[in-house]
Amino acid sequence: MPRFVRSFAALPVITASMLFASLMTGNAIAAGPAPSPVTPALVSAAVKEGTVTFYTSIDLQVAQDLATAFQNKYPGITVQVERSGAERIYQRITEEYGSNIHNVDVVDSSDAANLVDYKQRNWLAAYVPADVGKWPARQRDPDGFFAADRATLSVIGYNTQLIQPADAPKSYADLLAPKWKGKIVKAHPAYSGNIMTATYEISKAPGLGWAYMQKLAQQGIMQVQSSTEPPKKLALGERPVMFDGNEYNALMLIDTQAPIAIVYPTEGTPLVSGAAGLMKDAPHPNAARLFDSYLFSAEGQQLLVTTGELRSFNPGVTEPANRVPLSKIKVFTADPAEQIKAVDDIKQKYAEYFGT
Amino acid sequence: MNTVMPAASAARRRHFDLSVPVLGALGLLLCGLVLLPLGWLAYYAFTDKDGGFTLANFVRIFTDPTFVEPFLRTSAIAVAVALASVVVAAPLAWLVARTDMPFRRWVRVMVTASFVTPPFLGAIAWEILAAPNAGMLNQLYQRLFARGPYDNLFDIYSEAGLVFVMTCYAFPYVFVLLANAIERIPGDLEDASSILGGGRWTTLRRVVFPMTLPALLAGALIAFLQAMTQFGAPAILALPAGFHVITTKIWSLFQYPPQPQLAAAAALPLLLVTVLLLQAQRRLLGRRGYTVTGGKSGMARPLSLGKWRWPALALALVVMTMTILLPYAALIKASFLRTASDPLTWEKFTLYNYQWIYSFPESRTAFFNSFSIGLMSATCGAALSLVVASLAAQRGFFGARALGVLATSPVAIPGIVLGVGLFLSYTRPPLVLYGTPWILLLAFVTIELPAAYQQLEAALLGLHPELEEASRILGAGRLRVLIQITAPLIATSVVATWCFIFIGAIRELSATIMLTTAKTKLVSILIYDLNESGDLGLIAVLGLTLLAVTFAVVGFVNRVAGLRQGSARAVRNY
Repeated sequence: MPRFVRSFAALPVITASMLFASLMTGNAIAAGPAPSPVTPALVSAAVKEGTVTFYTSIDLQVAQDLATAFQNKYPGITVQVERSGAERIYQRITEEYGSNIHNVDVVDSSDAANLVDYKQRNWLAAYVPADVGKWPARQRDPDGFFAADRATLSVIGYNTQLIQPADAPKSYADLLAPKWKGKIVKAHPAYSGNIMTATYEISKAPGLGWAYMQKLAQQGIMQVQSSTEPPKKLALGERPVMFDGNEYNALMLIDTQAPIAIVYPTEGTPLVSGAAGLMKDAPHPNAARLFDSYLFSAEGQQLLVTTGELRSFNPGVTEPANRVPLSKIKVFTADPAEQIKAVDDIKQKYAEYFGT
Repeated sequence: MNTVMPAASAARRRHFDLSVPVLGALGLLLCGLVLLPLGWLAYYAFTDKDGGFTLANFVRIFTDPTFVEPFLRTSAIAVAVALASVVVAAPLAWLVARTDMPFRRWVRVMVTASFVTPPFLGAIAWEILAAPNAGMLNQLYQRLFARGPYDNLFDIYSEAGLVFVMTCYAFPYVFVLLANAIERIPGDLEDASSILGGGRWTTLRRVVFPMTLPALLAGALIAFLQAMTQFGAPAILALPAGFHVITTKIWSLFQYPPQPQLAAAAALPLLLVTVLLLQAQRRLLGRRGYTVTGGKSGMARPLSLGKWRWPALALALVVMTMTILLPYAALIKASFLRTASDPLTWEKFTLYNYQWIYSFPESRTAFFNSFSIGLMSATCGAALSLVVASLAAQRGFFGARALGVLATSPVAIPGIVLGVGLFLSYTRPPLVLYGTPWILLLAFVTIELPAAYQQLEAALLGLHPELEEASRILGAGRLRVLIQITAPLIATSVVATWCFIFIGAIRELSATIMLTTAKTKLVSILIYDLNESGDLGLIAVLGLTLLAVTFAVVGFVNRVAGLRQGSARAVRNY
């Protein structure tokens, strides 16, 4: 167990929603449809459809756990999980919809801006699962088209067999030191929604910005694609330090005794709220609503938190004792409606500085 | 006889020879397969976003350094792969085909079988072996020589690493071509050389080498084209190193917002280079080709290596260790571990990856898709090339030659170029095939058609025409002759062609990556996806299973065909 994480374990647990209640700006009352409960009629209509297709960028093994739990709760419905990077899923859906292929029922993305775009294209159905009624206003679409189904942080991490805690980086600024040249792994914003959002937040952060990223690019980083991968590369010992990557994958690996420790950089840690919604032209509209309800339910969210180590906005969720509560972490946040305008610029600058 | 003849001629009058409309239909089909995607590719390359004519796409790809660099780098890598493949394959082919090296038959079978390994799987295996820090070989080196944690021998994430891995999976092409060519050199020529006083070295230099030069060049060219147009290995090894090759660059243009116009423009030079090189090869072979005339010459005697027999075998073993033994050992090891770089101890041993993959519904779907589309492609491809080859083999038949040219033309279309072309052609009405298995079927059949056609053409040329003529005289139409006489006689070649297409479909990724959707996911794509999220253990299980099932299918088909082949032989003897 890494000491860094352990040292926080004794701190009082504050749920993420409490934090976000305090963060809320302008408590706009949602004007979308009223929250819909799961009715027996919905369940039987969903069972009749028999299948629901879930496009997601959650780590495949976590997404599959969620699918299995849903199938156990509602026998007779099969969940088809299509997992890829958020930006890849976005590419897939735009290609499929461009060819009039309506395959996806429920879509989840770690890049909430993708859902903003689907909404603008009029591809989403307004549907508010019962539990989303309890969501902080900032974490749900006012018109009821999507809501944050999960959040995670993009953290710095290191391999505890290769680096002593005293020598570990504490901040983003530390990672520019010559001793980390050739030692850093990071994921790609054109593939991963987490990294897209994190890169956006860092590019806006005072003292960091693109000037910082440009210097980081000189550090001979190892470029992987998914934000699920850097923690895995740390566990392998392929690189001793990760610049970015999912907190939840790092925590899951720590749970299996992998030699990894997490660092919440002193400048601030990018907080990434994902989003999920269901498609207007979903081929299985009832199963889609049932699955969407399960995804946001206390049960589904607890599964994402307990086995997937994600953060949740459902007030009914119990926070695991062994991780740092969000309230103790200084975070960067993003407004998806603003982020969507910066996406092309981020991809272009990133390719220019980092080579791919 | 008296009773048969009138009946036969009557039958001939009654049955209209179906082969003329069939020929026409085939011609149209082949045109559609090849010209439609290329047509759309050319159209997109010269248009802007609003559909107006422009040269801006070409200006951009020839001036923008983010395009020029990948082009230059890809060319350099491809040249290196071609050279390295020849350097590895030439001695090995000579040893196998011309000397008394022990186990030479085995070496030949193993190298040929290594063709089954998809290059992307090989690249992932080499990641496990030679990633700079976590790679097994680097860790072994650090332990054996008491080196520090960052003191490495190999870095697979580099241009050199990429060249190495691509060579491992390109050199078998050169090897097979060369071994066959060397074998065909009549022993008398070597005898003549030694009678005239030429030593072993002189004979090798002045007889064997010039006679195998065309095959050597053809092999080098195939290796070059393989390296230039491959997507899998570069996507896995080049991106972590922070550079693009041309195929990964084209693929990246389909990220949102998609830029199909630029992708089409970037694909055209790849097509052009391939066509030019194939043309150059044809010229080269035309001039330097040696015809071995005369009746059967003496079987070549294997050259005695003497005390060099065992060192020669050691050399062959080193090559096979790199291409087969080490990669599969690495995959097997990784399949039993949660973290691939851990030592394989009882404590760490786990069946987790196997349990996970075998209970994961998507992997079942992917296996079903891969194998059903593979079987369909192999069957359609073999049937199509058989029909085309036998029609083309009937000389003096108008249009037959053109058909042969059409069938071989896709050889000049790299997988990713075809993928882009098919994507552009079939995501629009009237034929929206994107999102269905059919578009993959089209891709695989088109990609494998040239080799399949050539294989069957060669087999047909070896047939005596009397049997077919006899059947025609007795009134059978061309198609009936094909089904009842010709096909059974060349059953072995048809089965070999079938297996070739099947394996090709299983290991394809360049076109596949452009054309699959969630519903038509293949094992190759699943492996690629899992690689992007770093799940090496799961990939190892998928890769090993894919290989096992492929070998099982190929073995089964050969066995079933083996029975039929017996009857074909009986016909021939009769």
